[in-house]
Amino acid sequence: MAEKQHIIIKGVKEGLLFLLDDQCEFPALLDELRVKLEKTHQQVLTGPLIHIHVKLGKRQVTDEQKEQIRTIIRQRGNLLVQSIESIQPESERTALVPEQFKIVTGIIRSGQTFEHDGNLLLMGDVNPGGALYCTGDIYVLGALRGMAHAGVNGRQDVIIASSLLRPTQLRIAEVISRPPDEWMSGDAAMEFAFLESGQMQIDKITQLYRLRKDPIVFKGV
Amino acid sequence: MGDAIVITSGKGGVGKTTTSANVGTALALLGKKVCMVDTDIGLRNLDVVMGLENRIIYDLIDVAEGRCRLAQALVKDKRFDELYMLPAAQTKDKHAITPEQVKEIVLELKQDFDYVIIDCPAGIEQGFRNAVAGADRAIVVTTPENAAVRDADRVIGLLEQSQLSTKLIINRIRQTMVKSGEMLDIDEICQVLAIDLVGVVPDDEKVIKASNTGEPTVIDPTSKAAIAYRNIARRILGDMVPLMSLEDKSGVFKRFRKFLGIG
Repeated sequence: MAEKQHIIIKGVKEGLLFLLDDQCEFPALLDELRVKLEKTHQQVLTGPLIHIHVKLGKRQVTDEQKEQIRTIIRQRGNLLVQSIESIQPESERTALVPEQFKIVTGIIRSGQTFEHDGNLLLMGDVNPGGALYCTGDIYVLGALRGMAHAGVNGRQDVIIASSLLRPTQLRIAEVISRPPDEWMSGDAAMEFAFLESGQMQIDKITQLYRLRKDPIVFKGV
Repeated sequence: MGDAIVITSGKGGVGKTTTSANVGTALALLGKKVCMVDTDIGLRNLDVVMGLENRIIYDLIDVAEGRCRLAQALVKDKRFDELYMLPAAQTKDKHAITPEQVKEIVLELKQDFDYVIIDCPAGIEQGFRNAVAGADRAIVVTTPENAAVRDADRVIGLLEQSQLSTKLIINRIRQTMVKSGEMLDIDEICQVLAIDLVGVVPDDEKVIKASNTGEPTVIDPTSKAAIAYRNIARRILGDMVPLMSLEDKSGVFKRFRKFLGIG
């Protein structure tokens, strides 16, 4: 074959991997796919049921185009399309998923702030004078001695949890609480703050399941 | 090539200049060639603490603006041959010099000296940026007060941004007050600041007396603070020196009991 190949077929443990070139025209890609399936690689692709994973590289495709790829591959009865994936550029990836779970490592020191859209897990301390702002939940695996504001956009169902909850101030949605004046817990247990009828409440982390019936599960990051 | 260490704190009055003078002198005592640089332009103090005020001819700004050579501006200490000081200007302010100029001067000093100790002004503005510019590492001084610890934390954050390795000195600790719970203890401070401790200096009246007479405390071996500063100098050189006991002077009997392990 004189011209450059746009499709590479690789055998992997799960089945076959179709690596599609991301530079050429999409119709050309489809043509080549047809040729590969019906003519050149016919022998290879016959036999028992084979799972197919399609990798599109950096090419972004519409659902319609994905369906086109599917139909071509499906014409051979024994090929089963498992996935069609493309690598998303960094900026678009965050834009596509507005709420994310993020893990941050470090100390938020006096004068420093950290903002995040989504849920946040901080591995480290928040020192007095430091601040966390989050649209979702805040979990601090360390001491929370500074300020934490969960539910910045107004969500009231969020919590602030910390290994050592000694904040200068806590905010959930619009509610502000000043711990030493309003409440103070003596023991060093892991605790969380939440809203109950517009009031800030503190409880041990083991009581969180009463508030949230479903277990907190995050799929992927 | 020497090592440039900036001594800073954020808050004023916690003992940056005293620490600079004493650590500098202690390093000279240990046989190192040391130059202390005062970057507190407009409010210079290091020369007073060192008792070298009347020997100043040129200053940091004169060097930066090319009115003299660097060697001409250095003031030699009256006690040690290998100890020098580069004084700050008293008639200008912090904006008279840029971080780049300080960096250049410190780099030049590092060629000739083992240690360059940079005394930083209070605050986190231009003066701080000037002082930090040429440094290889930093020592943050704090006292056991909440306000000083907050400011130290802020400064550590800024130093981390400039990727300087930072160590901590806790100054003016009073063991009796710590014991009665009126003063923050060392562990509490270290927990919040989360950086390595390089020394703890007890509160000692001799420090005030010494700075008024222009003799750094560290020369007087009967002072507890002096021992603490000497230990800090040794730790800077890389020795493993345990933290000294901060217990008040004990009587012969008490010391005997301690020796037996029942005190």
